[in-house]
Amino acid sequence: MPLLWLVLIVLALGVVGYGLGRHKAMTSADGDVRHLHSLPVYYGTNVSLFVVVPALLVMVAWLIVQPIVINNSVAADIPASAIPESSTLGLVMSDVRRVADGLDLAVTQGALTSAEASGLQAGVSDVRAILADVGVALGSDVSATTLSAAQEYRAMASTANLAMTALVLGLAIAGFVYAYGRTNKDFRARNVVEKAIRAILIVAASIAILTTVGIVLSLVFNTIEFFKLYPAADFFFGTTWSPSFGGGSELGVLPLLWGTLYISVIALAVAVPIGLFAAIYLSEYAGPKARGIAKPLIEVLAGIPTIVYGLFALLTVGPLLVNVFGSGGALGVDWMSGASSVTTAGLVMGIMLIPFVSSLSDDIINAVPQSMRDGSLGLGATKSETVKQVVLPAALPGIVGAVLLAASRAIGETMIVVLGAGAAARLSMNPLEAMTTVTAKIVSQLTGDADFASPEALVAFALGMTLFVMTLGLNVLALVIVRKYREQYE
Amino acid sequence: MTDATNNTPKSSLLTVSPRVKQRNAAEARFKMYGIAAVMTGLVFLIILLSTILFNGVGAFQQTFIEVPVYLDEAKLDKNGNRDPEDIKKVSTFGYNPLIEQAIYDTISAKMDKNPLAKAKEAKALISASAAAQIRDVVIANPDLIGQTVDFRILAASRVDGYLKDRVTRESIARDKNIDAVHLDIIDALRAKGIVKREFNWSFITGADASESRPEQAGMGVSMLGSLFMMLVVLVLSLPIGVAASIYLEEFAPQNKWTDLIEVNISNLAAVPSIVFGILGLAVFIQFAGLPQSAPLVGGLVLTLMTLPTIIISTRASLKSVPPSIRDAALGLGASKMQSVFHHVLPLAMPGILTGTIIGLAQALGETAPLLLIGMVGYIASNYPTGPIAGFMDPNSAMPAQIYEWAKRADPAYYERAWGGIIILLVFLITMNIIAIILRRRFERRW
Repeated sequence: MPLLWLVLIVLALGVVGYGLGRHKAMTSADGDVRHLHSLPVYYGTNVSLFVVVPALLVMVAWLIVQPIVINNSVAADIPASAIPESSTLGLVMSDVRRVADGLDLAVTQGALTSAEASGLQAGVSDVRAILADVGVALGSDVSATTLSAAQEYRAMASTANLAMTALVLGLAIAGFVYAYGRTNKDFRARNVVEKAIRAILIVAASIAILTTVGIVLSLVFNTIEFFKLYPAADFFFGTTWSPSFGGGSELGVLPLLWGTLYISVIALAVAVPIGLFAAIYLSEYAGPKARGIAKPLIEVLAGIPTIVYGLFALLTVGPLLVNVFGSGGALGVDWMSGASSVTTAGLVMGIMLIPFVSSLSDDIINAVPQSMRDGSLGLGATKSETVKQVVLPAALPGIVGAVLLAASRAIGETMIVVLGAGAAARLSMNPLEAMTTVTAKIVSQLTGDADFASPEALVAFALGMTLFVMTLGLNVLALVIVRKYREQYE
Repeated sequence: MTDATNNTPKSSLLTVSPRVKQRNAAEARFKMYGIAAVMTGLVFLIILLSTILFNGVGAFQQTFIEVPVYLDEAKLDKNGNRDPEDIKKVSTFGYNPLIEQAIYDTISAKMDKNPLAKAKEAKALISASAAAQIRDVVIANPDLIGQTVDFRILAASRVDGYLKDRVTRESIARDKNIDAVHLDIIDALRAKGIVKREFNWSFITGADASESRPEQAGMGVSMLGSLFMMLVVLVLSLPIGVAASIYLEEFAPQNKWTDLIEVNISNLAAVPSIVFGILGLAVFIQFAGLPQSAPLVGGLVLTLMTLPTIIISTRASLKSVPPSIRDAALGLGASKMQSVFHHVLPLAMPGILTGTIIGLAQALGETAPLLLIGMVGYIASNYPTGPIAGFMDPNSAMPAQIYEWAKRADPAYYERAWGGIIILLVFLITMNIIAIILRRRFERRW
């Protein structure tokens, strides 16, 4: 693994640089630490930072850029006439890469010498058979253009690798020479090292922004790709969801949105009253002992993984509901045919959200100033009247924020609906029927062997985009409300 | 003097007026609603946990059959030279008749009248994995050929279900795999101690099995997948999270960039986990070309997902270190960086570790993003060959394995899924207890 070796060499240079830098600083101060500007550690660290950081940064950048550049220049050499009908440049290029990788593998396994590999000719030797021997299966015989492009690809890749190794090692040594040369007892090593550490801290903090950018870019690009293949209006306003990988699918999002919202509403109808009353009881009525036991126990519900709730919905709650509402059930009605339904998923999701609503509301109710309660009680109101007429109105914006956050959780929840809600997309009012949601369909569209270029797979990104925009909107709204409310009493 | 004195009170404070009664009743009702809500939450918790325990404990017990199998030289080693290469040529199909015969003979020996007409009918009693188990033993010790060796083989899943009351005589009426005769045999053999239920280690250490062999499936491989993922998450999210929190809490100036970072972190904390799966698929697999289904990719995705949690809790514990500590360090001549790394950070460490463990526990139970990057349950059928393969080779994770079992048609797999949840919860509970102990023992209050 040459790359691993390169990294190890650079790191080893860094360690050596640490020792040498420290030693040089100590010698320049005649072995007396008091004559140094900084502690000896900083001189060593300074040298190793200069050795390691620029070299590795350049290496990472190179590794990202190299495949793109080589791809483009090789692709430019493939004449348009060499691309068969019903194929694209991208498919030909992926063939080229496969052949090139296969040749590399053949060389490392000793099936070919490197001279043989670069001298292969499509008409003369059976490239497909050679590659099949080393375990690379090709779909068709290798054409002359593909083979020569693959050889060009290999040549460029090996030159580029050599250049990268030289550059990285050169940078490491240059960094060493520069930092080592600057090292003496008056050099302000600590200031330099601290600046570098600060830069590292900033980079770490910026990863949050990078993540968001990554999410947005990966959603946006693939969504645009999807809308090129499938009209946006049909996606947003279509009322039928029937993907078929043979083509001719109808991918209307409305039934999925309906299922998502229906399940979320049921979940909130369960979670909000229970969570809110629990929060009121725990913060206004319960003594410290009861609170100390009940609050953590309720919060255990929040720590249970969603797959557990999903299984609970599928295997316990669903069959239970069928026993009540299904044919031959306790009510003697036949309203429910299968275990998975909107109610199944909604009820279980509601249980999951109880601690979410209750602990957020608890915080908010506790933040209402005690003086307001005292005022109301002093005027002769009972405790419940105080809660209903003073505390809750004061806490209302915060509670609305908590409910919105819970709603965003419900919309984005996946495993409960995948297992509990069913797979059929329906626009129906019956809460005992199986319906499906945006998240469940993202999972089902992306966990097949689907080709990523087909609209049936790409639609998942458009669904993800819809989901992301909806939850982001709810979160921002909730945060704004909560923040505004907090300012009132602080 | 004034009119006021003429207003005689209509009621006394000592007697309760209807209005006050009504208000007091409302008060009592309101309190009852609160108690009912808390109780409902607790009841749900108890129902959930007891359902898991009740349904899952069975997965830790498995039915085994103890039989002496005669390893026939004529079938297993025709040349008689004990050459390992020759022995390997005999596939599991060559072993099946031997096992069936062994079971048949045992039945004949232990029961007054053997209800089976042919040895072949004994097939329904044993797991399809038995032949492979015996073949492995024979290949490892070719000298056993020609002898009669005692084996403890897995019973078929239907037999196991019968001992666990999942399969009843009524439910097998239309089952092609097993007859009432077989259940009679099981009852008889059980009385003789040939068929036994024992603790099932292979459920904890084993790999996933095919759809038709639930008796063989185990969590071991997916547990390793989870372990490698958690290593990635720990190694990446702890340093990055701590570095980011230190910057935001101690150094960041009040400017647009800092604001942007803060808004981003609080939003990322609320982004649905499945969106992180889409990110992983698009960026790590499609764009960066990392291998699909690799625990490394899963770890990267979960790192991005847990970072906000870790940053939020780390900032809280940095904030709780009193400013006097910083002031004292600065006053003695330390630089700002030294005061943070030498004094504030060590004091905040217990809180940081607690937050990290809780973040890891969250990541351990996450399923949806793993499904998108291909870490689906049925992949976990082989142990990784080494540490690098552990990170790079396709594997699954515990929750994805549970999901896979929950989707399978055979009800025997439901028991496995519940059992898998018990294992998963044991891990989560252990992690949370460690977090609580850390907090109790090392957290200082100023």
